[in-house]
Amino acid sequence: MATLRGTRDGYGDALIELGATNDRIAVLDADLCKSTRTSGFGDRHPDRFFEMGIAEQDMISTAAGLALGGMIPFANSFAVFLAGRAFDQTRQQIALANLNVKLAGSSAGLTQGADGATHQSVLDVALMRSLPNMYVIVPSDAEEARLATHAAATHEGPVYLRLSRYDTPVWREAERPFVIGEVEVRRAGRDVTLASSGALLGKVLEAAEILASEGIGAEVLNVHTVKPLDGAAILASVARTGAILTFEEHSVIGGLGSAVAEILAEGRSSVPFRRLGVADTFGESGSAEELLERYGLTAANIVATARDLIAAK
Amino acid sequence: MISQTSPVPNRESSAPVQDLVRMAAEVRLQIVKSMGPGKPHHFGGSLSETDVMVALYHYKLRLRPEDPAWPERDRFILSKGHSVPAQYVCLARLGFFPLEDLATLKTLGSPLQGHPDMRKTRGLEANTGSLGMGLSASNGLALAARARGLDYRVYVLLGDGECEEGQVWEAAMTAGQYRLDHVTAIVDRNGLQAMGRTEDRMRVEPLADKWRAFGWNVLEIDGHDMAGICDALDTATNTAGQPTMILARTIKGRGVPFLEGEVSSHNASITPEQYDEAVRFLEANIASLENS
Repeated sequence: MATLRGTRDGYGDALIELGATNDRIAVLDADLCKSTRTSGFGDRHPDRFFEMGIAEQDMISTAAGLALGGMIPFANSFAVFLAGRAFDQTRQQIALANLNVKLAGSSAGLTQGADGATHQSVLDVALMRSLPNMYVIVPSDAEEARLATHAAATHEGPVYLRLSRYDTPVWREAERPFVIGEVEVRRAGRDVTLASSGALLGKVLEAAEILASEGIGAEVLNVHTVKPLDGAAILASVARTGAILTFEEHSVIGGLGSAVAEILAEGRSSVPFRRLGVADTFGESGSAEELLERYGLTAANIVATARDLIAAK
Repeated sequence: MISQTSPVPNRESSAPVQDLVRMAAEVRLQIVKSMGPGKPHHFGGSLSETDVMVALYHYKLRLRPEDPAWPERDRFILSKGHSVPAQYVCLARLGFFPLEDLATLKTLGSPLQGHPDMRKTRGLEANTGSLGMGLSASNGLALAARARGLDYRVYVLLGDGECEEGQVWEAAMTAGQYRLDHVTAIVDRNGLQAMGRTEDRMRVEPLADKWRAFGWNVLEIDGHDMAGICDALDTATNTAGQPTMILARTIKGRGVPFLEGEVSSHNASITPEQYDEAVRFLEANIASLENS
């Protein structure tokens, strides 16, 4: 059986790799370094690892200062605090100033689990996507997160990495390069497009298998970069399939679903379209799988919705 | 006199105190002229901080206006970004951009935005305006210098009302925790904020005790005494192992009699008659300094 890991684990690996080769890499954490997987970097580079205490706003602004001083800072906390609590700091000091700061929002989504609604970030993509200059990357497995972190370090400008503690196999093909902004066709199909961002890609791949067993060809898009979004690739897929469903561990407002809706509307596409995600509500305590079941983020729901979309063509 | 007991080894050039005083008078005139009559501007804070600003730019900071990206330059962040007109004047006088640009202040297409935008104005080091964030960024700059083995110092000017922002105290903790002795913060303690006296709106005192409790070396000075400002900045330079806070007592609207100590000077529009009166007064002040 393959090792199961979260995207946060691949991120932590990448930080260690980057730290060894690039002395400009700095890491800031707000008292969550075990969970955010930054402690490996911290152990190796105490001179470039900054524990900022439980003070996310100060951490983000300090990261801005580190970038002004020529470092490439990665600022870390749970996504809900990083994106939410320090939004104004990110807006003014990082996005508006277009500084080379990387924000890693960890334990994003409902799969944060038992801590409940206060700790489950289902709005962070909406917040970060609204910021000019900000890139938003949502890796789907640990290896993709590792590659995305390297790409983020190379990119000159602010990047939000949305990371998960939800453990999965690596879905990514071994030799596939990671390119910021690329919409990856992970499975070809003619009947419906399933566009996914994030660590629940496995649910979508599972749904595509079920649909295939019913003779339905689903095209699976891995949209790891929600911003900048390759709208042409979305429209091209829709031109092939005639229907599209988006799937994300995020509110249906402001995330991938909204971004695709904008692309479809402005691209004059009138194909059947549904957004699957957290339906404009907050989460609650529970295990990851219980919550995904309760909020409809399941392969079965993808399959049922895909059937509806095809029927509506 | 500037203290003879405090050598300033990192200073490339500086002007004598009497020259700095005259410069400050000229800067006040240029601030008022750049703002003009009939439009709301942050007169009060720009005029209260002018002496500190002049001491920083014309006495303390190691800068190369011809090379704004010089890695070893000292950094100055105006955390109370609304009073940036005083900073614009100093930057223009140093040659970061043409003096003529001052006339475009806050107008469409101008490099001189209502609040500091480092991507639009040459010589600015950070974006500020939303209050409470500049000290944190200064700490980050100092940590970067430490990590990279650079010797630049970081100066940051805060408002006293700004000290009501919680993040200021998060940053105060960070500077104390990391013993950032290359960070010097100054509070423009003019006692007034947008809607009234600081102590009526939200009590910030005892400021000195608070900063000391957070691990800072605290100096209390008259923020309009140029020699005292320079001395305090030198003391900060020579303080090892902890950051320095200079609490500079100032008068809001300093230098324009009808604005001095007035809450309304925070963001005021003055009439053409008031403008003429202010210009006349400031010009007379410059003339008296030249004759002294």
